[in-house]
Amino acid sequence: MNQGLANSYESANESARNIQQSFVTASIAGQRIGILIAEVQDVLNKQKIHKIPLSPPAVVGALNLRGRIVTALDLRLCLNLAPCAAPESAMSIVVEYENELYSLLVDEIGDVETPPSHLYERPPATLGPAWRTVCSGVYRMDEALLLTLDIANLLEVTVDGAVSQ
Amino acid sequence: MDDLVSEFITEAAEGLGALDVELVTLEQNPNNPAILGGIFRIIHTIKGTCGFLGLPRLELLSHAAENVLCDLRDGDLQVTPEAVTLILNTLDQLKTIISVLEETGLEPEGDDAGLIAELNAMATPVAQADTELDDDGMIDLGPPAADDHSMIDLGLPAVDDILLETMPPMAVAEAEADTPEIPADTTPDAPPREIAAAAQNIRVSVNLLENLMTMVSELVLTRNQLMQTMRNEQSSAFTGPLQRLNHITSELQEGVMKTRMQPIGKAWNKLPRIVRDLSQELDKQVNLEMFGAETELDRQVLEMIKDPLTHMVRNSCDHGLESGAERLAAGKPESGRITLQAAHEGGHIVITISDDGKGLDLERIKSNVLEKGLASSTEIDALTDQEILQYIFKPGFSTASAVTNVSGRGVGMDVVRTNIERIGGAISLQSTAGLGMSFSIKIPLTLAIVAALIVEAGGQRFAIPQISVLELVRASASSDHRIEHIDHTPVLRLRDRLLPLLHLGNMLELSDETVSGDADSFIVVAQVGNYSFGIVVDEVFDTEEIVVKPVAPLLRKLAVFSGNTILGDGSVVMILDPNGLAENVGAARVSQQNSAVDRRAPEAKSSSDMVSLLVFNAGDGVRKAAPLSLIARLEEMATSDIEIADGRLLAQYRDSLMPLTPVYPELDLHARSRRPIIVFNDGPRWAGLIVDEIIDIVEQPLIAEIKGEMPGVMGAIIVDGQSTELIDTAYYLTRLHSDWFATSANTAPSNNAILVIDDSPFFRHLLSPLLQQAGYAVTSVESAERALDLKASGAAFDLIVSDIEMPGMDGFTFAETVKSSPEWGHIPLIALSGKQNVSRLEQGRISGFTDYVGKTDREGLLATLSSTLESAGGRA
Repeated sequence: MNQGLANSYESANESARNIQQSFVTASIAGQRIGILIAEVQDVLNKQKIHKIPLSPPAVVGALNLRGRIVTALDLRLCLNLAPCAAPESAMSIVVEYENELYSLLVDEIGDVETPPSHLYERPPATLGPAWRTVCSGVYRMDEALLLTLDIANLLEVTVDGAVSQ
Repeated sequence: MDDLVSEFITEAAEGLGALDVELVTLEQNPNNPAILGGIFRIIHTIKGTCGFLGLPRLELLSHAAENVLCDLRDGDLQVTPEAVTLILNTLDQLKTIISVLEETGLEPEGDDAGLIAELNAMATPVAQADTELDDDGMIDLGPPAADDHSMIDLGLPAVDDILLETMPPMAVAEAEADTPEIPADTTPDAPPREIAAAAQNIRVSVNLLENLMTMVSELVLTRNQLMQTMRNEQSSAFTGPLQRLNHITSELQEGVMKTRMQPIGKAWNKLPRIVRDLSQELDKQVNLEMFGAETELDRQVLEMIKDPLTHMVRNSCDHGLESGAERLAAGKPESGRITLQAAHEGGHIVITISDDGKGLDLERIKSNVLEKGLASSTEIDALTDQEILQYIFKPGFSTASAVTNVSGRGVGMDVVRTNIERIGGAISLQSTAGLGMSFSIKIPLTLAIVAALIVEAGGQRFAIPQISVLELVRASASSDHRIEHIDHTPVLRLRDRLLPLLHLGNMLELSDETVSGDADSFIVVAQVGNYSFGIVVDEVFDTEEIVVKPVAPLLRKLAVFSGNTILGDGSVVMILDPNGLAENVGAARVSQQNSAVDRRAPEAKSSSDMVSLLVFNAGDGVRKAAPLSLIARLEEMATSDIEIADGRLLAQYRDSLMPLTPVYPELDLHARSRRPIIVFNDGPRWAGLIVDEIIDIVEQPLIAEIKGEMPGVMGAIIVDGQSTELIDTAYYLTRLHSDWFATSANTAPSNNAILVIDDSPFFRHLLSPLLQQAGYAVTSVESAERALDLKASGAAFDLIVSDIEMPGMDGFTFAETVKSSPEWGHIPLIALSGKQNVSRLEQGRISGFTDYVGKTDREGLLATLSSTLESAGGRA
């Protein structure tokens, strides 16, 4: 728990972990993940997703959320995992990035959780590169580790990756 | 009172009101350039407008204030409380004058000499000179002040209409009661008289309107959904209210659309001033006439055409109209006339800008085109006048013989065209020498809502903007319109034309069907510029008004989509961009042919291997083409000059006899009195091909599938959407001079053996005769592997010319292999490629290439060959 204090550049994360934060949790490929509740616009049940031809692989399609067009992304592909087996029936978490809405397809939606801040750890240094950039921390929950996602990084990597392809 | 004056009063009142606050802020943050810039701009605008409206008192005063502000902005003067007080006093004076102006329509008597003297005393002399320069800057339409972009003026009635539709009567009463308070921002001490004009208009942020628009769109969609559901119900308690909702929604949508509309005069109102200034600067008399200034269009479109319009008017002033003396000499009235006209035409607005000047100088355009290397003289000779005029839209082109302050910098018409095409518009021009010219611009009224045709392909629906749809054709084997194939490429016989076809489902990788001529299929005939093509779709639904939404950044690089939208039933569909599709027509065709081969290679080729082709009609009704690089001249000869001797056609040409042959053997030579001749040259010898008609010179990627079935034909290609035969020039030349290649080899300085490696059969056929003609013994193979086979069999060459992008072993790997081999290690290698950039050049050198030549650079290749062989020989 002391390693975080040693590095001054970690101060932002430090202050973050001293405040208790709430996360919308979900599971993807057996891993529990959490997205800051403030960043979540909506949680969607299965939706009609309209496919977009020629789109980058991570883009599952587009959906109509109350008159706004939302780009559906397969979170598994964003994280270098095998693609979602049934995107048409998957649940998703809607987030906003640079004024655009994205829905991230997950396997299962969990509860909203507010883990105690003393359970926070920085992501392990040995984490693979696909995860390291998008993971903002780990909570040592009793049942399983809860990985929190940095949505801005995640979408930046996905969008830039697709555009520069 | 003049509309312009009242508009000015509203604008000035607002600007001055804002200035009070700004100046006080400035006093507190003297070094904030943004605030200074803002203040300067407001005063500058007031000054400019006053000058234009002929309000001398206001103009002089604001000019003096502007000088001081300019100094402050440039740091020549410190922001002191005295300076700020002085400016504030000036503002009060301006307000007082404006309030009198509002009441009486005239500036009050008297002058402001005292205040102006004070201001001038504060401003440095240098700065005054600077502001003079700034005055000129007014002519250059810089980016308009930020306000122009983000705010929109609304007449109160329009807003009230909307409110009436949406709010219960009580709320409207309140809203009306509120409005007079909006401009109320009185300054407690020294209260200048309030300017009441603002009450009739309020300024609303464009963002607010955009939000309103989005919400209305959603309302419309919900309404549509409800209507669809209710259609199935016979009678219901909802029917009545729903009817009303339907009605109100439509009116609300119309009303909100109206708030975005502005008269085109807004884009014009600066033009009289610009023309006046220009006419003085250029010493020409110019009358500007404007018709249809009240024609309304979407403000987004308005913003986009403002600059192009200004540019074209300046162009007309500068090099369209002649000087007074020249006009008199030509029998025209001394003062020139520029006419601007705007009118609605269907869902479009058509703007014409015409002048009665001298028209475009074709000869000068030609010489300019030559000078700038945009085309060769042979190419130009074949162009029609209208085609030559089109060159003024090319980048880097300017007809002004001298670069004046006004125009002639070689930027302009290409930008104008790009801007107009970007908003889905089109520009055309007409010019009559001596009588003037006119531009005609056709643009959509609004970009937000467009009519689109909904189609289905591969099980998905897509929208195609109606503006680019020419017609719908149902093709079947039994009807007149049927799909046929030229070398696996589907084409449609449509009346007297051949239309290239694009299978939408296949192109979007949704399906993989062969387009057959047997089954019925729907074809959407689309037009992009002058190019039309057919889109094969599975199903055509109806036309819908759709709200265009931009695509997510993730999808921006997909050129085939211009946006997306939500249809009435709530589903999301992509909007196809006909421009993007047109670009795909060539590529899609290639990928069909070569689907078994590497798919990337043909695409790379299509972008790089551009070849100029002469397109002509030989007389048998099939369009034909020949590579321009092989042709020496195009001539026209009287058929009576063509004689028959020794069973051959001959004509005297340049002091020698030139053998001729028609490309189409059955051509009735004497059906016309003159015939175009394609002339080939080799040293003192000439040879000519007689054709029926020269059609065009085109530059396009050359993807020809070779078919050796007919002598004299290398293959079929698509030119301008029509199937065209590429002729084998070598076949005709050897018929005219059986020794065409053989003797020229003897006359050549050496007989070096050259190996050409290129996967494209066309380039092999193009290069071999070219090199043979230059005196080399040529062997050509289609792949690096084949070349290595030759090496293994012990063949020897003096030089190897190799393509870089090839399926299988590429040029770089080949070069490395060759350079490390004992047999061929010493042979110089020349890389041949359409793409030339530094990194590739470097990579080529590392791999062992001696030099790098562009594929279509005939002269360059020959020069490189001889110099390389020379230096290799020198070494040996």
